[in-house]
Amino acid sequence: MSRKSNDVKRAAFTVQEVVDLTINFYRRNYIEGLFLSSGIFKDPDYTMERLVRVAKKLRTENNFNGYIHLKAIPGASDELIQEAGLYADRLSVNLELPTEAGLKLLAPEKSRPAMIKPIRFLKNEIIRLEDERKVLKKVPTFVPAGQSTQVIVGAGGETDMEIIHMASQFYRQFRLKRVYYSGYVPISDDTRLPGLHSQVPLLRENRLYQADYLVRLYGFEPHELLNEKHPHLDTDIDPKLSWALRHLDCFPIDINKADKMLIARVPGIGLESAKKICAARMHGPLGWDQLKLMGVQINRARYFITCKSKSLERRELSPEQIRQQLLTQSHSKWLKSHTTQLSLF
Amino acid sequence: MTTWLYDGSFDGFLSAVFDLYWQKRTDVMIRKEQDHVRGLFGNVIFTPTVTANADRVWAGLSKKLPAESLQQLFCCYLSELPGEEDNMVGFIRHVFANKQDVTGDFGNKYVLHVSQIAHKVLKEKHRMEAFVRFQLTRDNIYYSLVSPDYNVLPLIARHFKDRYADQYWLIYDERRRFGIYYNLQHVETIRLHFNGEYDPYYHSSSNVWAPEEELYQRLWHTYFKEVNVPGRKNPRLQLQHMPKRYWKYLTEMKGS
Repeated sequence: MSRKSNDVKRAAFTVQEVVDLTINFYRRNYIEGLFLSSGIFKDPDYTMERLVRVAKKLRTENNFNGYIHLKAIPGASDELIQEAGLYADRLSVNLELPTEAGLKLLAPEKSRPAMIKPIRFLKNEIIRLEDERKVLKKVPTFVPAGQSTQVIVGAGGETDMEIIHMASQFYRQFRLKRVYYSGYVPISDDTRLPGLHSQVPLLRENRLYQADYLVRLYGFEPHELLNEKHPHLDTDIDPKLSWALRHLDCFPIDINKADKMLIARVPGIGLESAKKICAARMHGPLGWDQLKLMGVQINRARYFITCKSKSLERRELSPEQIRQQLLTQSHSKWLKSHTTQLSLF
Repeated sequence: MTTWLYDGSFDGFLSAVFDLYWQKRTDVMIRKEQDHVRGLFGNVIFTPTVTANADRVWAGLSKKLPAESLQQLFCCYLSELPGEEDNMVGFIRHVFANKQDVTGDFGNKYVLHVSQIAHKVLKEKHRMEAFVRFQLTRDNIYYSLVSPDYNVLPLIARHFKDRYADQYWLIYDERRRFGIYYNLQHVETIRLHFNGEYDPYYHSSSNVWAPEEELYQRLWHTYFKEVNVPGRKNPRLQLQHMPKRYWKYLTEMKGS
């Protein structure tokens, strides 16, 4: 399926061609770095070896100080993956589809265990060299920007819950730096796939990234955002707001007392603002004006917090009422369908 | 109200601040000499730059502030916003008036303001690190023109020195009429004199650029066009990351 059965003519660069192009683009500052991937030709080792050779030449012969991201090809030998780690800032293995079921359906020739093998190898190597670095002075850098992975969203029929739970498991188990979600771009009229004229699911992709950030940085557990009752993220509102509306009993919280991570859970307050609030309130209690100047989105946050000033919202509002109020104010480009809620007069 | 003018340098500003404290003045506005429009009223005095005094103010601030806050204050100076000196003075007064570290005191308008202006300036620095486009000249210098919103060349010099340690490069600020030039040893500040008919960024005369320069510009242009996925087009996001005012300096956007 996908790339393999997609019968278009392929082109391949020689190693030296890639090096020449990259270094000349780099020296003109067109590019920050190089993201290098390849279809498999001949066999995984042959392909991986060529990727590594590009990175090695750039680093050792051309003084390339830019960022290098290489694909680790499943099935390539540990030695090659190890060598790639010496020259690349980041390595990534494509997981292709978020679930094994999806993989079986759409890419039966690829196997999850084969993909996980290099991921596990990299994780162990990173940990081993980190430990060595604690005792020894000269340990070469090894994938300093860590490893990431990428999954295609919207091709295999998986739920958002399956995707985010999978990502969270990979973050924990393999210490991945990032999981990238890429909305499926139609390439084939295969009946197992969305049709050629289907839209790229950009909004879904956006919501998944938001949920991913909440899990990675905001201390949310995946099941708080997505569970059997709510297997998909709300498309109209972001996942944090959606969570907050389901848990109105946790609010309002007092901005001048609450814990930083609790403040960061308030819709309209990001991690940066939460940090600022906690630093600033040591010098005196904060009111709406100050919060606004610090970058808090008061129109959203006001339903969920109290502060030094008088409350802006004293009525008891239901989740549905808050949702409607916020949607009416919203200017999101995704929300074209909501103009119907505006009154005619 | 009295206006004190300084020569436009950071040391000049700090010297004036020294005098504020020395003379115990609170009724003074500090302004750049070159920005000042002579008014009918008010008392205008020029304060000379005394490096030793500037150093004393800076040393005093260094004792009370972490390096990051000092850089933020310097960023406010680089913002060149009219009247920004008032906020910087307000900030400095707040620092010296308090025993404890006021870095996190974002409830104070000056502390918040300095951090916000610094944020803007550092964002521009970040953009410039990405938006500089070099063209290789016949005499082997990688040459680039920019006109950043804020005066960020002093902030980006180190990035480019580390990144391109083995090539001669020159980044010229068209608006402020000065540039930074790296000669393989260190970065120096320079001024260029263009002669009349020279159009610095649409220069087509082939005797200036290296023979391969045009080829790489074309290759890059092609790559930029071909790598685009129509189904993922998001012009709003593109504009957010790459505002239109920078386009005329970007090789890949020429002709769009």
